[in-house]
Amino acid sequence: MTSSALLTIILTPLLLLALATLLTWVERRLLGLWQDRYGPNRVGPGGLFQAVADGIKILFKQDWIPPFADRGVFILAPAIGMMTVLLSFAVIPFTMGTGIAGDLNVGLLFILAMMGLGVYAVVLAGWSSNSKFALLGGMRAAAQMISYEVFMGLSLLGVVMMAGSFSLHDIVAAQAGLWFIIPQCLGFGVFLLAGIAETHRLPFDLPEGENELGAGFHTEYSGMKFGMFFIAEYAGIVLVSCLVTTLYLGGWRGPLLPPAVWFLLKTGGMVAFFILLRAGLPRPRYDQLMALGWKVLLPLSLLNVMATGTILMLRASL
Amino acid sequence: MHALALLAASVTVIGAIMVITRKVAVHAVLYLVVTLLALAALLVMLGASFAAMLEIIIYAGAIMVLFVFVIMMLNLGQPDSAREKEWLRPRAWLGPGILAAISCAELLYFISPFSASLHSLAPITAHDVGLSLFGRYVLMVELASFLLLAGLVAAFHIGRNRVEDP
Repeated sequence: MTSSALLTIILTPLLLLALATLLTWVERRLLGLWQDRYGPNRVGPGGLFQAVADGIKILFKQDWIPPFADRGVFILAPAIGMMTVLLSFAVIPFTMGTGIAGDLNVGLLFILAMMGLGVYAVVLAGWSSNSKFALLGGMRAAAQMISYEVFMGLSLLGVVMMAGSFSLHDIVAAQAGLWFIIPQCLGFGVFLLAGIAETHRLPFDLPEGENELGAGFHTEYSGMKFGMFFIAEYAGIVLVSCLVTTLYLGGWRGPLLPPAVWFLLKTGGMVAFFILLRAGLPRPRYDQLMALGWKVLLPLSLLNVMATGTILMLRASL
Repeated sequence: MHALALLAASVTVIGAIMVITRKVAVHAVLYLVVTLLALAALLVMLGASFAAMLEIIIYAGAIMVLFVFVIMMLNLGQPDSAREKEWLRPRAWLGPGILAAISCAELLYFISPFSASLHSLAPITAHDVGLSLFGRYVLMVELASFLLLAGLVAAFHIGRNRVEDP
């Protein structure tokens, strides 16, 4: 292993964590803008150092493990959440080359696998806290994330069929003429909704719905362990935005500007869209969320798979 | 590579032993997840990365989460583990244990060099399995899927929350 590869391995998680921390500030400022108020604007230029101040504050808070909790699992849960999100970034092609881990020929499946394992963070946090609210939050999270993983996988099938590969590099290469958002608009819609549910973000943040569950699965967490859940959630938003960019918006492709800039622009736009959804939409009821998934998104994604398959077959036979 | 494979294999075995010796059900499930992950690592080393990803997505990512979900719903406590201890008396596991030991010995004999004469059989690949499942036995596969669907519908019907007629 060369030293540059080692440096990449060390620097990438640090950079991603810094980005996710910065995102907490960006989100609060944008929410302020859209809700006609200021948001944090005191620390540093435009309030930029608010994220740093929050980080320092959270590090100095007492890191308390409740005596009734299952100690080992309680500590493990936030680490699982953080790890699975950070590992997923290894296969995303940010520029013309391949991802950090090279061109994995099962790249998309790897990300789905990591998302599947990410469920454990929330579920185990809920179970090990040994309290009602956390348990309810954990159970909601398990049902919600398992369900939406199904639609997420199915909605991606259209993209995989059109590109003929699970490799993210090949998927970007297949979008040379036309971005997949146009032929796969149905899959794009399903994937976007599933992505929000998968990162349990507002408006689909039922596992931590504060008006009925306290803080849901992380009710008993404090200090940096809570901070890790928080940062993992923001890293998850960046991940889903990167995925949307790679799978539907042509990845690093674009005229004039260098590839990395295009990738950053598209991902940044998606992140801003996520925050706009949070600012604009109320939270649905839990049964509404599940009904939407199984009664609307599942048939839609199956329809998408069927239509894509039919068109591809017809085109091949012509 | 060889040392890495041995490491993953030993994690698999130790994880499997931990699964059946843990008292807390969630801990056992977690060890099972570790076992499955180590198995996936082995598959990657053998070059079967697609099978490894399916293993993680389906077994570790979906089925095991459902296990945890059910355990959380049941909320097992002290009386349950006492009752389970009651069930696991020697006379309960002695018979199955002896039979399992016989099959295990047979398997060990088969993979040992003493049984060289038995190795002339042609191996059945995934390709062969796929061909016979979707070729010769396609009707059986469809019937089995009907049965599964019927089971699903029946379970939903029985578990449905009925609204009383006014």
